[in-house]
Amino acid sequence: MSKKFHVINTPVHNVDGIAKVTGRAEYTFDLVLPHMLYGKILRSPYPHAKILNIDTSRAENLPGVRGVVTGKDTLGVKQGIWRRYKELCDEEILAREKVRYIGEPVAAVAAVDEDTAEEALDLIEVEYEPLPGVFVPLDAIKEGAPLLHENAERNINVTRHIEWGDVDEGFKQADLVREDWFRCSSQAHVCMETHCAVASYTPDGKLTVYTSTQSHYYIKVLLADVLGLRENDIRVISRYTGGGFGSKFELDSAQFCSSILSMKLCQPVKIVLTREEEFMATKRRTPMFYYLRTGVQKDGQFLAKEARVFTEGGAYTAMGATALYLTGFFQAFPYDWPNYRYDGYRVYTNTPPTSAMRGFGAPQATFCAETQIDLIAEELGIDRIDIRRKNAMYAGYEVPGQAWIQSCGLSECLDKVDEWIKTKGDLPANSGIGIAAYGFMSGGIFNWFDTPYAFSSAVIQVNVDGKVDLFVGSQDMGQGSNTTMAMICAEELGVNVGDIRLHMGDTDKCPVDLGAWGSRETLMQGNAVKMAAAEAKKQILEFAAAKMTPNIVYDLDIKDGWIHLIARPERGLAFNEVVKEVIRGRDGQPIVARGHYTPHRKGMISPAYSFGVQAIEVKVDPETGKITLKDCVTAHDCGQVINPLGVQGQLEGAIAMAAGYGFTEDLPMDEGKILNPNLVDYKLLRTTEMPETTVVEVETYEPEGPFGAKEAGEGLTNPTAGALGNAVHDAVGVSINELPITSEKVLEAIRDKDKPKTDEED
Amino acid sequence: MDKIKLRLTVNKEYLECYITPKKLLVEVLRDELGLTGTKRGCNTGSCHACTVLINGLSVKSCSVLAMQADGCEVTTVEGLADAAALSPLQKSFLDHGAYQCGFCTSGMLMAATSFLAENPRPNEQEIREGLHGNICRCTGYNSIIRAVKAVAEGKYKEAADE
Repeated sequence: MSKKFHVINTPVHNVDGIAKVTGRAEYTFDLVLPHMLYGKILRSPYPHAKILNIDTSRAENLPGVRGVVTGKDTLGVKQGIWRRYKELCDEEILAREKVRYIGEPVAAVAAVDEDTAEEALDLIEVEYEPLPGVFVPLDAIKEGAPLLHENAERNINVTRHIEWGDVDEGFKQADLVREDWFRCSSQAHVCMETHCAVASYTPDGKLTVYTSTQSHYYIKVLLADVLGLRENDIRVISRYTGGGFGSKFELDSAQFCSSILSMKLCQPVKIVLTREEEFMATKRRTPMFYYLRTGVQKDGQFLAKEARVFTEGGAYTAMGATALYLTGFFQAFPYDWPNYRYDGYRVYTNTPPTSAMRGFGAPQATFCAETQIDLIAEELGIDRIDIRRKNAMYAGYEVPGQAWIQSCGLSECLDKVDEWIKTKGDLPANSGIGIAAYGFMSGGIFNWFDTPYAFSSAVIQVNVDGKVDLFVGSQDMGQGSNTTMAMICAEELGVNVGDIRLHMGDTDKCPVDLGAWGSRETLMQGNAVKMAAAEAKKQILEFAAAKMTPNIVYDLDIKDGWIHLIARPERGLAFNEVVKEVIRGRDGQPIVARGHYTPHRKGMISPAYSFGVQAIEVKVDPETGKITLKDCVTAHDCGQVINPLGVQGQLEGAIAMAAGYGFTEDLPMDEGKILNPNLVDYKLLRTTEMPETTVVEVETYEPEGPFGAKEAGEGLTNPTAGALGNAVHDAVGVSINELPITSEKVLEAIRDKDKPKTDEED
Repeated sequence: MDKIKLRLTVNKEYLECYITPKKLLVEVLRDELGLTGTKRGCNTGSCHACTVLINGLSVKSCSVLAMQADGCEVTTVEGLADAAALSPLQKSFLDHGAYQCGFCTSGMLMAATSFLAENPRPNEQEIREGLHGNICRCTGYNSIIRAVKAVAEGKYKEAADE
């Protein structure tokens, strides 16, 4: 196929750009409806307690309060995204009998303003019977530990096993077997727009919920489940979402409580979580305890790997079951492991539930794997690039029983990073470069949600003036999917991005798409858009061919709004003129076309995989352990780049977030209470801490992706923590196996290393 | 609580309103005046999403009482463009993809506007230090720094002259 694109691979302004730089973009946070009330949520101060009684009478009598709800006002439905597995739907949102983490909602108030609602919370009297709690998975699985859920013996929520080859035989053949323990910390998503919703129920039985979400379709269906409504009596609207990163595709307390209150009062109710609530009581990245045993030949050939993982699940399943599977799957990435065994255990603890966050279990896996590979290379005296190149995945590789890799630019990425490292020459003292390789999925295949719809759908209508209405179900949360979809549509149909009016974020108007998670949109929604555009184009070209009467062996095409003979581009007709005649000729019916995409026979995980290698240069102050990020290069295979401006933005944003995970961000707790629930004590990277960022695109062609494209946003979160740790090792010779790699840990490790051996005996 | 009179010039327009004295500036701008371009990311002065200009200086509008701005000139993101003509920084933000979800963008633009007014020819490190307080969770900042730098280097001069 022609590699020459008209729209694809040109830097395009975000289609929402003007709205965003002028302050016109209206987020749920900004929304005010007539007659609207403001809601607040009362949350448990205990990590584990029985609810004996809730007295709301004083709160209800406070002037300005319009209503109070507790678990008794709900249907008591235990919900979750794993709808195919009822035992994994375990969260009620408004607890009725028992609370299992600090911050769990127990009641909600609607009042004329936020201050009154807040005041009312203090007047709700909840009688608790505190229960002993468990906070660490390795304690929670012990015999006799307090149980969070009656049906989960030893607090084990989910187990996962992945295996191929003959692992024990692989270890027998190994020249070197290395065992390591790692601890991967938690991380908060910290969307700039906190979770929020405005719910409006009307006496005709219809509920409209405006919300900040990554999947309006999921929220609609989940609300229908818990509220006892039919799916299509609920409309979810989400025009702008102020960040998601995995935190906004599950049903949340703002959506649920505002809906319950609005159904009770028949008035719109708005709930916006405070920043503190966002930290204390929304979901977060899954902490993991990782054991790795790895066997290799002395020439660096990988033979066998065994991984065992305990994840801190928190109080409910959430999307943690998926993180447990994906961390096991990506632990073997991006290499050819002939023998592999993984056992994962997700354990309930009395902490806020852990769930999906950008990378979805893979950043943890990549940190552990890439740290260990460097240690193995060092022991064997093999170059770190060489050992990775020797074992790298390649196009045509099959992950046994799991996945088939159709496009893979990993080796070329390693070459590019190798070149970059060589240009660096000798580094100053206490400076070092670390690398990490990674891969990620382009859209999950799994359907634990049990949707009967296609995974992605799109509808196109072409109007008399040549303007195109594109209806998509995908959700732009800032990652730029609106722009990507407009570009794919424009390229396929042969018009300009400016000719497209994009409609999204509204379940009443848009076709179903499962949402912006698992790096789905570019490939899945992109394929649906491309299919719809191709169908619309076919309708138009049939008419144009009849009109132009070319020799039947000539093909027509559309580029830049010009319908023409491919062989003689000057012979053609204006797109909008032809469209007008098509519509006239069809008794006034506009041109409408549909597209859809659902993966079939593409393995267990994803239809396609992105790959890449990242190198980070750091400087470590040996006196304080302080790490400074100096420079960073990422060689990146995302197939055909759609929007270079978007890809660069995703890359840089991922580095900031993943470097934060690597060395500054953490959620320390004391008996289930998060100790730093604010933006002062929770350390995000700031402008001055970001390194230079270079991106080298290694283009491949992915047969399953639209125009050959793959994901380009989430996978980039995977390599950074590992590359950072390896860079610290390169700089000062210490290896830290626990995230985050704080200056305290580095300093302690430097002191331990420098300590004379005799001291240890003292 | 008794309401008191607040006089403000917001985006060059003089107005008066009656507010309860404990109202924050961000609340008055958003809730009373409908200027929802100004965001609130934390309400504790830690994220700078609510940055506006008071008499040309950048201020976190969640950390000042509206009455503290009584009689002052306030500029919000809505006041940056002159009708359809975007400011140089707004244009540069578009060209450099210096926003993603857009929620921090208003505060970022206001902080950068004030910073460049004070220091029109900054080097990169000065830009980074000037925007140190503004949190962006999406972009990793470098595109924002490039956007501000391009304006400082005069690449959007014609936008200002229009």
